[in-house]
Amino acid sequence: MNGIVQYFTDIFKAVRSLWKGMRVTGSYFVRPGEIVTQQYPENRKELQMFDRFKGEVIMIHDEENFHRCNACGICQMNCPNGSIEIISEMVPNEEGKPERTIDKHIYHLSMCTFCGLCVKSCPSNALAFGQGFEHAVFDRHKLTKVLNQPGSRIKKKPKAPKPAAGTEKPNSANS
Amino acid sequence: MKEVELNEIIASKEDGKYIINIGPQHPSTHGVLRFVVSLKGETLEYLIPHCGYIHRGIEKMCENLTYPQIIHLTDRMDYLSAHMNNEAVSLCVENALGIEVPERVKVIRTILSELQRIASHQLWWAAFGMDIGGLTCFFYGLRDREKVLDIFEESFGSRLLHSFICPGGLMQDIHPDFQKRVKEFIAYFRKKLPEYDQLLTGNVIFEQRTKGLGILTKAEAIDYGVTGPSGRASGFSCDIRKKHPYSAYDRVEFREILANEGDTYSRYKVRIEEMWESMNIIEQLIDQIPEGSFTAPMKAIIKVPEGEYTQRVETARGELAVYLVSTGDKNPYRMRFRTPNFSNLFVMNHLSAGAKIADLIAISGSLDLVIPDIDR
Amino acid sequence: MSFIYDFSSATQAIDQWLKANLSPTGAFVAELALVGLTILLAYAVIGLYLVYAERKVCAFMQNRVGPNRVGKWGLLQTMADLIKLLMKELIPIRKSDKLLFNVAPYLVIIASFLGIAAIPFAKGLHAIDFNIGVFYIMAVSSIGVIGILLAGWSSNSKYSLIGAMRSGAQVVSYELSVGLALLSVVIFSGSMQLSTIVESQANGWWILKGHLPAMISFVIFLIASTAEINRGPFDLAEAESELTAGFHTEYSGIRFAFFFLAEYMNMFIVAAMAATVFLGGWMPFHLGNLEAFNRVMDFIPPVVWFFGKTIFIIYLIMWFKWTFPRLRIDQLLTLEWKYLLPLNLLNTVVIAFLVLMGWYFK
Repeated sequence: MNGIVQYFTDIFKAVRSLWKGMRVTGSYFVRPGEIVTQQYPENRKELQMFDRFKGEVIMIHDEENFHRCNACGICQMNCPNGSIEIISEMVPNEEGKPERTIDKHIYHLSMCTFCGLCVKSCPSNALAFGQGFEHAVFDRHKLTKVLNQPGSRIKKKPKAPKPAAGTEKPNSANS
Repeated sequence: MKEVELNEIIASKEDGKYIINIGPQHPSTHGVLRFVVSLKGETLEYLIPHCGYIHRGIEKMCENLTYPQIIHLTDRMDYLSAHMNNEAVSLCVENALGIEVPERVKVIRTILSELQRIASHQLWWAAFGMDIGGLTCFFYGLRDREKVLDIFEESFGSRLLHSFICPGGLMQDIHPDFQKRVKEFIAYFRKKLPEYDQLLTGNVIFEQRTKGLGILTKAEAIDYGVTGPSGRASGFSCDIRKKHPYSAYDRVEFREILANEGDTYSRYKVRIEEMWESMNIIEQLIDQIPEGSFTAPMKAIIKVPEGEYTQRVETARGELAVYLVSTGDKNPYRMRFRTPNFSNLFVMNHLSAGAKIADLIAISGSLDLVIPDIDR
Repeated sequence: MSFIYDFSSATQAIDQWLKANLSPTGAFVAELALVGLTILLAYAVIGLYLVYAERKVCAFMQNRVGPNRVGKWGLLQTMADLIKLLMKELIPIRKSDKLLFNVAPYLVIIASFLGIAAIPFAKGLHAIDFNIGVFYIMAVSSIGVIGILLAGWSSNSKYSLIGAMRSGAQVVSYELSVGLALLSVVIFSGSMQLSTIVESQANGWWILKGHLPAMISFVIFLIASTAEINRGPFDLAEAESELTAGFHTEYSGIRFAFFFLAEYMNMFIVAAMAATVFLGGWMPFHLGNLEAFNRVMDFIPPVVWFFGKTIFIIYLIMWFKWTFPRLRIDQLLTLEWKYLLPLNLLNTVVIAFLVLMGWYFK
């Protein structure tokens, strides 16, 4: 007799446990407000990435097309995968002495692992992370970018005092 | 248990026995892991795990990189415990240099590790539910994990591979909203976690599928070196956070979750309980982040003094040990990672002997394997 | 508009018109073609929209929106999928049994096609009204498993074979429970003819008239038929996480679409059977002698009643699938042989006794 009671209580308990689970899914079915999906291409206008989002490495340029990179090469040294190549040239300055200036700051987005060491180690805070994330291209050579904009020059004076590393950097438009 | 070569199995094929490859491309191996399985009908005779499909030579690569650069490689071992991996190397280098990191860093590191543990367990729950056949679990798990990833993204800019903890402290300070968002998440997740129980834990089908399946005794867990929640489910008290506290674990109250059965169900229960416990740890610390610098003063080029150093941390999957040999250069002479998944994987043959194919999937799901961590 | 309530006048009008304009043989052929085309069209549309419904239902249960790109609310999504599948290459499998490999999807789809012929959609909207309708549907629904077994055997893949063997064991076992559960209503109504069964529910559905035993039969029928059509939580034949796709791992293109469509149509047939046998089919909800209430209920057309009930049961089956984890093969057989079958046999005896004593609502 005990066996039979056990048999039926087992069935009852099983059905109750199944009903518990069905209540969860059923309750979500009737609450479409809980939907978490974001409609990506439609919400492109409103889509705001976080300030610190590491989309790509960019070089900060101000409105007059000045950057702060003095071609020291520390970012290139710190990059673990060789995503950064610096091509510098010697240009005579006002005093006539040759001075190293950046010709091309080449950044291979395809090799970048976004470790953040270049941005952190840059002594003149010339680099930052941009928020652009739509990097899909049909030709991977397009992922090799030159970060200094054409015609841009180094901002000389006043020499910006180096803020504590890692603090928020002003975000300029994506290069 | 005995070592069987693949050729031997094929040669000794008897009637009704056959060999089947589960993986390297299979929905339930969660990566490129391959099990060569010998079956009789649907019953499993033995299983040989083949790893190395995603071997990238991280240990060798470390020998050519500086210490800050190594951090970003450790992310890519156990990508679901990126913070803990970063922390392991950072702590090892800091110990070698004899640096005391600021209190703020210690507390933040602990909070991040626990958040990461929750996120990892959420993904595990999602994937385990899917392995067992409950597809809805996958979406609930990922839905809640998304909240943690948003916190991560706000503070460090990346969701999965953060490279945020570096030798000396942190890459940058946490976001001003960090504390608020973590508290919001804890409140949210305390409401959602009981749903996990309603959907799976008490479910009669789930209990039938997992109870008494793949039993690992305490002695076997120690023999195989199974650590983390999988080991603790067998009663093997192996929580590095308790045994060798690092960061701020010595100042928080928490329970080491232990179970005695050692079956798939108790491995499941231990992880669910760990999520509750992690939330308790975070709640203790979140209001007590001391002010201060987010990094200890470090030299531009870190040179670890000559010698051998080791550091253990508890990742979401078990014990990660870092062994570092330095010749006083800026690169390590040798870097060795004792990753938890590698040891956890090799109990598979022992656990799944005599089980069905469906059980094999449940067992490998309950061990919570992350394949890049196995191969490194 | 009266034909919405009774299709027999409309069908008779078509029949007479054809007979007046064509020779008797021509009229017969024309009628066959007409019925065949109608069913084919209904089959495709219902099948495709069931796929869409499932994707939407599971999406809402999982806090997603589901298909929403093709057409309004993604209504054309499954059409687009079908076109894609039609254009895909049919990959030939080396060392497969070519003949069986090609025949298997057709066997599966023909089995479900045969089943739909006997379902009474509304009064007079009934392709063929066998006097052994219940028996016929039971019989043709078992043909499908042959297709599945052949598919698994002929694809020369171990995953497929395991899936097919599981499916064979599963369908053979669960057919017993499906049959016995249907038998309970056959005992109540004293007929195997589906139209008679529906007519016998004019004063109340069998699930209500037969009280507890009928409800138990209904639940058993739901569980067993879910298992018979290889749907979650009993989808061991496909078992995505274990066998990648089970018996149709090796199929591609439209052959795969046949399996896929047949699965959904089987679900429809099962739901339609449950609705017809237990919930009164197209019969409106009547309560004994409450004339006014019955009149209001009669106002809703029978087609709406039929599809309403069917959709409700389809929703139940989907709800099961998207909530529960999958069973293991031995547990599946345990459930059938140790729980459902004994319960069902006992239930059948109880029902026979009730009918004998007249202890049910007549």
